[in-house]
Amino acid sequence: MLEGKKVIIVGDRDGIPGPAIEECIKTTGAEVVFTATECFV
Amino acid sequence: MNPVIKGCSHILVHVPNVMLEAGTTQILERENKNSDYLLKINDYIRSYEDCISYPPNQAYIGNIYPDKLNDIPRPWYQNPLPPKRFGSFGEIMPEDEFYALMQISDVFDLVFLEKDFVKEVRRKLEGHPLISEKDLSRLKEGVSLEEIERQIENKAVPLRFNGKIVGCVKKAHDKDITLSSHVMLENLATKASAVLAFKHLLKNTGMSPEEIDYIIECSEEACGDMNQRGGGNFAKAIGEIVGCSNATGADVRGFCAGPAHALLNAASLVKAGVFKNIVVVAGGATAKLGMNGRDHVKKGLPLLEDVLGGFAVLVSQDDGINPIIRLDSIGRHTIGAGASPQAVMHAVAVEPLEKLGLKVTDVDKYSVEMQNPEITEPAGAGDVPKANYKMIAALGVKRGDIEKSQIDEFILKHGMPGFAPTQGHIPSGVPVLGHIREKILKGEIKRAMIIGKGSLFLARMTNLFDGISMIIEANPGVKEEKGVEEKEIRKMIAKALRDLAEHLIGSEV
Repeated sequence: MLEGKKVIIVGDRDGIPGPAIEECIKTTGAEVVFTATECFV
Repeated sequence: MNPVIKGCSHILVHVPNVMLEAGTTQILERENKNSDYLLKINDYIRSYEDCISYPPNQAYIGNIYPDKLNDIPRPWYQNPLPPKRFGSFGEIMPEDEFYALMQISDVFDLVFLEKDFVKEVRRKLEGHPLISEKDLSRLKEGVSLEEIERQIENKAVPLRFNGKIVGCVKKAHDKDITLSSHVMLENLATKASAVLAFKHLLKNTGMSPEEIDYIIECSEEACGDMNQRGGGNFAKAIGEIVGCSNATGADVRGFCAGPAHALLNAASLVKAGVFKNIVVVAGGATAKLGMNGRDHVKKGLPLLEDVLGGFAVLVSQDDGINPIIRLDSIGRHTIGAGASPQAVMHAVAVEPLEKLGLKVTDVDKYSVEMQNPEITEPAGAGDVPKANYKMIAALGVKRGDIEKSQIDEFILKHGMPGFAPTQGHIPSGVPVLGHIREKILKGEIKRAMIIGKGSLFLARMTNLFDGISMIIEANPGVKEEKGVEEKEIRKMIAKALRDLAEHLIGSEV
């Protein structure tokens, strides 16, 4: 589904951190162009 | 000798105008010329009365135990409590008095207040139980509105109250952006709210400021200049205003985990015998005011992030009475532990228990990140404390301490609803200290765990998370060391001399 797509990842510090999502997305063949984890508390 | 928590204070300051002026969300939104949020924002500001009657705020200053929030229907802002300004831990100060406290805390003549406003607020502060004559002598006569407007034209940040400009904070340097008016407002607000927390701590503990020998400051912001942005030092600056003439101190930072690290530092220094009475103190963060305001306004909620938070804790030598901080079971998220929420919670909550041979149920109350869910849920961040408790419970199930079917029961019994404002460091483990200390002293609970967590990745230096925890326990009482009395020593010396004489006589024969 994501193969060949460029992906921007914004994780949440109280949910799933960006790098964890990145590890998953990498397995789909997508290109991760930016990863960060944000904090709203 | 164990370090003990001899007293705590927890304070809030209602600052809706500072929120509009200096909250990061509002500042960024100003770049959007057609901002719907900014058009509507004034209709969503709470009055001081609404702020002090808000149940989570009453829990924060100690008028209700946080668990009581479970009995109050949500939304809490529609189910107010009696509006009490003062609580057993501190108070909720109104914005006009806080502007005056900022000037009292300002030693560089950066805070300007208008003459008539000063007259009014001086009268109010004269009735404040913790503002001394010496404090009031630091409040200036005031300047004209024209002078304030001139300063604002020269990039000073306006201070507003009841729709009028009543003062400003000016820049402290022409070129240095770390001393700009915006930063000086941030830092003076931090300092003044920490001063307020410190004053309440001294009142709550009956200590004089001269008895404090070390201060560890742990707010969100760091102060400094362009050559050392986080150079410090808030600790001594705050101690100077409060009158701690015999104290020195330093600042500790770690995003939201700062207070937990500061508490650990304080406890360790007391245990080592370096200092006897250490105050850990923090003021509020103006940047975080109204942080989730866009979502609150979009969903028709009042702007609940309108308060600065502050706290202070006195860590002292063992008195045989107050709860102890255990230093033999510190939970720590190590660099190699991994950043998943499960890895973090295992490191900070489960490993220290395993070290002591305890189960997750052996801790009566966990203080995690106690953000008020009424603030975070509308913004999509969920119920943060509940998510933390679920993780501890799940790890307990994994260890076989509880059954899966007992998770909800565990959360209710060993957790508590979030009640702290989203001020970053303020909700992180420490807001429960006052309540926990009282519960332990009353014998209602025996053991609690304070967990501080911090988003280190926000500084873009690492992707690491942070977490640190410690166990607070009922004091088992100081074991009396049986001292040898002088009379007894004389007897022992006499006996030794007699033995020696007999020995000498014996050897002559």
